[in-house]
Amino acid sequence: MNNYNRYIRQMILPGFGLTAQEKLGNTKLLLVGMGGLGCPALQYLVAAGVGQIGIVDPDLVSESNLHRQILFGQADIGQSKVAVAEKLMHLQDPNIQIQTHQTYLDRQNVFGLMEGYDLVIDATDNFASKYILNDAAAILGIPLVYGAVTRFQGQVSVFHLADEHGVSYQYRDLFPDEPLNDLGNSCERMGVLGVLPGIIGSLQAAEAIKIITGIGKPLVGRLYTHDLLETSSYEIAILKKDLLEPLTKEAFLATLLSDELDEIDIQEISVDQFLDLKNKGQIFVLDVRERHEYPPIDFSDALIPLSELAIKMEQLPQREICVICHQGIRSVYAAQQIQAKKAVKTYSLKGGLTAYFNKMSR
Amino acid sequence: MEILIFGSLIDIIGKNHLQIKAPVDTVNLKALLIQQYPGLETARFFLALNKTMIQDKQPLKEGDVVALMPAFSGG
Repeated sequence: MNNYNRYIRQMILPGFGLTAQEKLGNTKLLLVGMGGLGCPALQYLVAAGVGQIGIVDPDLVSESNLHRQILFGQADIGQSKVAVAEKLMHLQDPNIQIQTHQTYLDRQNVFGLMEGYDLVIDATDNFASKYILNDAAAILGIPLVYGAVTRFQGQVSVFHLADEHGVSYQYRDLFPDEPLNDLGNSCERMGVLGVLPGIIGSLQAAEAIKIITGIGKPLVGRLYTHDLLETSSYEIAILKKDLLEPLTKEAFLATLLSDELDEIDIQEISVDQFLDLKNKGQIFVLDVRERHEYPPIDFSDALIPLSELAIKMEQLPQREICVICHQGIRSVYAAQQIQAKKAVKTYSLKGGLTAYFNKMSR
Repeated sequence: MEILIFGSLIDIIGKNHLQIKAPVDTVNLKALLIQQYPGLETARFFLALNKTMIQDKQPLKEGDVVALMPAFSGG
């Protein structure tokens, strides 16, 4: 028998009652990131009576975390964040079920981590994780409570949850493409006043509780931004990008992270070397420009735009490939993807078609 | 018209709002801002006109408020 006296002050709220409390108790929630956002979110969710919570974070507590991650104390420095959080949450409520995952989030493990959860909270601190969580939540159809901070401002929204018209929104409606290099406005680099992630993480917990219990109006289709210096908020109606195609699990898994790709060295060849290899029949020539790009060329063996490469990789032959594009920049990135995936020798035409046509017109 | 600047874009522009004469549309506005603050050219942000995100060209008039919203990633 549950001890509902613990929750009596919220159960007496209009529209809440035993029904909402039971919904909380029956919910499995995944919280990714045990930093400035994740700590307050976890504390409020446990206290509110969410039944099972999975927590994900690879890091150990460090001294410079303590000004904003106030779940942790001096004695926890050097300890695993998820392990300390689990221990403290059991003190808060001995009945809480916590699953800890001391790991980085990546494309390979995200489905295993998210499987079986009803709701996910994005309390991560980098773009790569935000795109992984968004895409995996889209594929699995799990609501995602997004949060992020930078200096004196923070944001919250709710993705992959249908509004009253059946429309749901996602992170890629805001920013369709993941930055190739995470220029990262992290708290470590940009600085942050400790109370700001406290506010934003608490708002994320509030959104999660609203979604679970069905009270109020969650931030679906609305990007809420809080400004700590002005003590003001600004809300923007999100515009759904109709052209975004639903992502498949296969395509998702085929996309490597940019930092893994950065380590792959691609041999960039001159126009002369290119012509030599081509005349010898040694290379398969792949054009990775988008379909609308000018001019069309007649000396490539295939055209697969970079945006489609991840899902069309199997169309490429198992032989040496030279990738070309307009300027020779995208082709390096595409060549890295191909080499990583197919393990065939891959070249990039240096200077791209611009260099090629310059040479030919001489 | 008023321009509201958020997040890391405040570093590029140097303040959190601007008051300017309304250009004809949002494409012109963006070009004008990039010309004046070249750091915006490589920044990732979207425009919201009167609190609604926009994707393509929208006409502007005096009294409009445009927000420049970059991606946040701290946690």
